Order: sequence, then C-alpha cells, then structure tokens
Amino acid sequence: MTTAEAVPARPAALDPPYDYPGYHSTRLRAPKMQLRPIPPGLADKGGPVFGDGLVATEDHDLTLGHPGEPVGQRIIVTGRLRDSAGRPVRRQLVEIWQANAAGRYRHDLDRHPAPLDPNFTGVGRCLTDDDGNYRFVTVHPGAYPWKNHDNAWRPAHIHFSVFGTSFVERLVTQMYFPGDPLLVMDPIYQSIADRRAAELLVARFDMATTVESWALGYVFDIVLGGAVPTPVDG
Amino acid sequence: MSAPGHPAAPCRASSPRLPTPSQTAGPFVSLGTAWLADAGTVGETDPSAIVVAGSVLDGDERPVTDAMLEFWQAGAPGASLVGSSQSWSGLARALSGPDGRYRLVTVKPPALPGPQLQLQAPHIDVSIFARGLLQRLVTRIYFSDEEANQADPVLAGLASPDLRSRLVAQRSNADDPGSTNGPPAYLFDVHLQGDRETVFFGPR
Repeated sequence: MTTAEAVPARPAALDPPYDYPGYHSTRLRAPKMQLRPIPPGLADKGGPVFGDGLVATEDHDLTLGHPGEPVGQRIIVTGRLRDSAGRPVRRQLVEIWQANAAGRYRHDLDRHPAPLDPNFTGVGRCLTDDDGNYRFVTVHPGAYPWKNHDNAWRPAHIHFSVFGTSFVERLVTQMYFPGDPLLVMDPIYQSIADRRAAELLVARFDMATTVESWALGYVFDIVLGGAVPTPVDG
Repeated sequence: MSAPGHPAAPCRASSPRLPTPSQTAGPFVSLGTAWLADAGTVGETDPSAIVVAGSVLDGDERPVTDAMLEFWQAGAPGASLVGSSQSWSGLARALSGPDGRYRLVTVKPPALPGPQLQLQAPHIDVSIFARGLLQRLVTRIYFSDEEANQADPVLAGLASPDLRSRLVAQRSNADDPGSTNGPPAYLFDVHLQGDRETVFFGPR
C-alpha cells in the first residue's frame, strides 16, 4: 500500500491567470493574496461517483425534450475524457450549456436582443462510457455581444464541466469552433498565454463524426490536469 | 481514413498531451449546473442535518450574484442521505442568489486521517466558479465548534489566527434563520478580495 502526496505536476502557465486585465470581470474577483498549497489528499483518487440513475439517456441530446426541433445547424460534439496520466475517465459526469443558434442563453440575465428558441434550452449532460467517451447532439451556438469592451463579441462556444477521479482534476472550460475569427480578439480565450494550450480548446471538425444528411461532427478531447499523486513508500 | 492530401491524425492513444486549460464558467453557470444544486444532500429534517450559509463578496464588498459553489466532503457515519440508494456522490452544489447568499444543507463530515495519517479536522472542500474567475477558486470550510481544529495540519500551516479564522465557519447562535427549529447553522462568507480575503488554495 502506498500513500500519496500532492505534487503539482501541471505547468501553472497553461491555465489562465486569475487577474487578467483584458477581462474586466477579473478586476474585483481575482484574489490578491498568494494561493496556499493545495491541502494534501486532494489529489488522491476519490471523486464523486454519479449513479447511472442521475443522468437520463436523452440528456445528451439538446435537440430533444421540446415540441419541435431547435433552429440552427445540427451538430454532434464528441470526445474522450482522460486523466493526467492519459487513462480514460470512465462513467464520469460531463455537463454542457450554451447559447442557442441566435446567440441567446435561456437565462433571466441574458439581455441580448436575439430571439429565444422555444425548442431549445441549451443544457445537456451525460456520463462517459467505459472508454472515457462522451457524445452530445446539439445545434451550433451563435456568437453574442457582451459589455467587456467596445463592440465585444464572444466567439461561439459551449461551456463544459467535467469531473475526473480526484478533486484536483475538476475542470470547467469552454469549447470553441475551428476557424472562428472572433478567437483572436476574445480576452477570455486569449487569457491562456500558451498558444498550444489555448488551441486545445478549439474542437476539430471531423468527417468521421459527421452523419450524412443529418449533422456535422466535431471532436473535443479533454485531458484533465492538476496535481498527480506521487507514490511514496508507505 | 484521411482524405487524400491530408496528413493522418496523430495517434491519440500514445501521444502525451497537455492538460486542457480552464475557462470561466461565465455569468450563466446556473443554466447548466442548477439541476444538481439540490441533489445528493441530506434532507433538511434529518436529525444530522446542518446548514452552511453565507455570502460571496467581491473586492468592493458587493454581492457576487452569479457564483456556483461546489462542496466535496465525506459523509457522516449513520447519516441517511437522499439518493443513497444510488450512493451519495459526496458532492453538493449551491448557487449564490441575487443577494450573493448561498445556502447548503448537509451533514457535518467526520474527522479523517490525511495522507500522512495525520488527523484532519472535519471540513468541506469548496470550489467556486463564476464570471470573472478564469479558474475555479478552491477553499475549505472548517467548523468553529471542533476541538480537532487545534491539531489540523492545514490550519496549522497558516501563520496567524486571523488567517486561520478565515477558513472556519462560525456556529450561529440562532438556528438557521431560514426556518424555525431548523438545523444548526454555520456562517461562512467568501471574500474574493479585501481585508478579509478568504484563504484560497492552488494551483489546482
């Protein structure tokens, strides 16, 4: 039996900083004190276990659950969830939320004057399969304006929330679409200093995922980082 | 198979990969996460239930109205947990409201040995996601009425009583103000900045 101590294995620069002046909402929310080391034990295996009953099979299809089909380009978003050692994360929860095809969220605080779609909520979830794969059916989200700076538009994106096998692997991020001209001027995307790391958030268009006469396919693989347990003689 | 003239995709299984970076959960995090906000926690009438409540405040001491807080903890022995037939996930969520306040009904976790077998006082690990947070914030809630706090290795690592106090939820004299004869209540405000900035842990 071995015990483990948290050793940060993740190059910190790959994640965006808390304080990023280009993204104005960080100004009053980024902590000012030095962060303390992650308490020992949080890299140990033992994330939440979500029973099969928590997620319904149809929850992965955002085009279902309404009287009609949502407006927009129907797409499939699929990928593989792996931990920092490259192992598939099995039977774990993946949640997404997004704007509709017009760039409007079904949320009370979204004031963008674009139409809501009565057939689209923009919320999905699923458990990964035994190989760590997830799959969603949805519509391509629209870009939308925000107040960060003059004529600011968020690139089309899908919010992802994923769990790993330990606390430190928990990740909330955003998936973007290839070739989006808004990415180069989006401070949220640009907050990731390392270009290779940022590009990991851009899904890959994939003909093998694309279904003939039905939906375009995108692949978005996710690798969880965080500290990894380093075995020591116990 | 690749189309003619296009390079084959790199082998996905063997190539070492950078971890996927974090991005903010954004202002509409409740849209995607609210469904789990009441799942898996103990019922309010359960005799072992406690309430942990407080406000999330920004650097101007104004309420943060769009935060999602996630609580990871060990379960108390013998507690009857909602959804226990599917095994409790150990995870609970709360959303901050228009006044910046959040409220969690749960059970007090037991003291548990840490990795070096040093006993850790009862605590709940917390992740905070919100607009303006490009990564989550991580903090930890201890309880003011636990003697084990004195010997807790994480609290001991903080230099001053003032810093330690920022990780300790205060047992309220009144029971949960939200209900009569409600469960014992603990107050824990999250200060993202300022003189009483919460102690946060990281990276990751």
